[in-house]
Amino acid sequence: MRRFSWFNVVSLTLGFAFLYIPILILVIYSFNAGRNVAVWQGWSVRWYVEVFDDQQLLDAAWVTLKVGLVSASVATVLGTMAALAMARLGRFPGRLLFSGMIYAPLVMPEVITGLSLLLLFVAVDFDRGFWTITLAHITFTMCFVAVVVQSRLVGFDRSLEEAAMDLGCRPTATFFRITLPIIWPAVVSGWMLAFTLSLDDLVIASFATGPGATTLPMKIYSDVRLGVKPEINAVCTLVIAIISIAVIVASILTKRQEVEREKAERAAFAGG
Amino acid sequence: MSTEKSRSGRFLLVGIPYAWMLVFFLVPFLIVAKISLSTSVMALPPYAPVVESLTDLWRKIGEFSFFNYLRLVQESIYVESYLSSLWIAFSSTVIMLFIAYPLAYGMARAPKAWRPTLLMLVILPFWTSFLIRVYAWIGILADEGLLNWLLVSLRVVDEPITFLATQRAVYIGIIYSYLPFMVLPLYSSLEKMDETLLEAAQDLGCTSFQAFWRVTFPLSIPGVIAGSFLVFIPAVGEFVIPDLLGGSDTVMIGKTLWEEFFNNRDWPAASAVAITLLLLLVVPIVIFQNAQAKAQEAGR
Repeated sequence: MRRFSWFNVVSLTLGFAFLYIPILILVIYSFNAGRNVAVWQGWSVRWYVEVFDDQQLLDAAWVTLKVGLVSASVATVLGTMAALAMARLGRFPGRLLFSGMIYAPLVMPEVITGLSLLLLFVAVDFDRGFWTITLAHITFTMCFVAVVVQSRLVGFDRSLEEAAMDLGCRPTATFFRITLPIIWPAVVSGWMLAFTLSLDDLVIASFATGPGATTLPMKIYSDVRLGVKPEINAVCTLVIAIISIAVIVASILTKRQEVEREKAERAAFAGG
Repeated sequence: MSTEKSRSGRFLLVGIPYAWMLVFFLVPFLIVAKISLSTSVMALPPYAPVVESLTDLWRKIGEFSFFNYLRLVQESIYVESYLSSLWIAFSSTVIMLFIAYPLAYGMARAPKAWRPTLLMLVILPFWTSFLIRVYAWIGILADEGLLNWLLVSLRVVDEPITFLATQRAVYIGIIYSYLPFMVLPLYSSLEKMDETLLEAAQDLGCTSFQAFWRVTFPLSIPGVIAGSFLVFIPAVGEFVIPDLLGGSDTVMIGKTLWEEFFNNRDWPAASAVAITLLLLLVVPIVIFQNAQAKAQEAGR
């Protein structure tokens, strides 16, 4: 069994310290009793109480959650379709443009995506607000879903699909009974990625929104511009806690599912 | 009949996401390009229409205004923000490579049982909000912040150093926020590596540094390229980091575009800035896409 070398231990410790200490400090300071964010004045949960009294903040959180749920769900369907098209259909007319449009948003600066979508909504005179943010989020998150699902699709054994077709399964039935169960972990993590990207987005939402729809990042941003407020530390800690728990639970669940499937596969081979 | 059905199924499978991306990704760019050629007027929306219809196009083509693009060249603020964005993105990518490589290497050479956990630890901050991670640094870098408190109480410095609202803070912010994007491709290329190659190199008399430099590093170059582009391209257009951590001396193009749009309400100028930024990034984006496509092919 291989062990850690001293070099590995040092580089891992320093690297993870750099990644985690700032977040840890933010979390600790959210429990600071004083209003001055730089001076430690003892433990307290008063800022958490204030968060739940701040109606604007709660409204913004609710808008963000709705946008996230709707956009992640639509983006997962569209992104999975795009991934299937790229991984299974081989050549089709306009494939190059298609894959270009799927990969480009992954790295496209957000200010460009945001501005271009806003100008589209203005050009067709679409009322800006909840739905424009949602449409914008579907567009950029479906590309992330497509990439995640596609990497799962190219990695799995196609003979399973071919066997099902040979046994008389129609393509749709094959997809729902064979392909989807196999790529399911990727679909789930694609959904979660889309959801967290949507929760997180400030720039694209700021462009796409209209009067009346403020998301949590937009609210946090406008408060931060006015100076560091302890309530913001509390909100951020809540967001971090919820996302971390969700990610860890999801990864444990998919891990367990995978182990079980491998066991079942082995049993099937042994039985046959 | 069944092939007929499966053909229409295939058509829908490609057609729906294709149509979506055309409407919400490609068409918006054409609109940006169009508006960048119009002149700013005091109205809502604040730009004069350029082309009303296709028949109008030929008549109007002579009247296109390149005014906004001329301004980009003539006014030093724009040139300066393009150059400093490219420079900041490039140098933070290089610095990040030196931080991310040892981390990715340590992960890839860790005992196998540890790797999923370590991978999880790198991915987790990437899932937690970008805005929050940038915000976390404000409290650390402020004049009365933790970093200065630490430096002063350790007597490294006598007076607090100004970190916040300087270029230094922007570098720290970019390196911190984008680090997982660099680590992940590096890790996946290092992890795939066949380690018997290293043993062979050492059997043939390489020192471990030589073995690293002549075997490990060349094999990790696809990861280096993917990570660098994944970081460099969005960093050029970054808005949140220069806005929250940078000061007035940090001009970056994403911030200039934002201010042109939200503060000056000059939509044609903002569009011209966006189009120019896109042209600037076309070559890196195409390289990135090719690398992605190649990686997908290789996985097949």
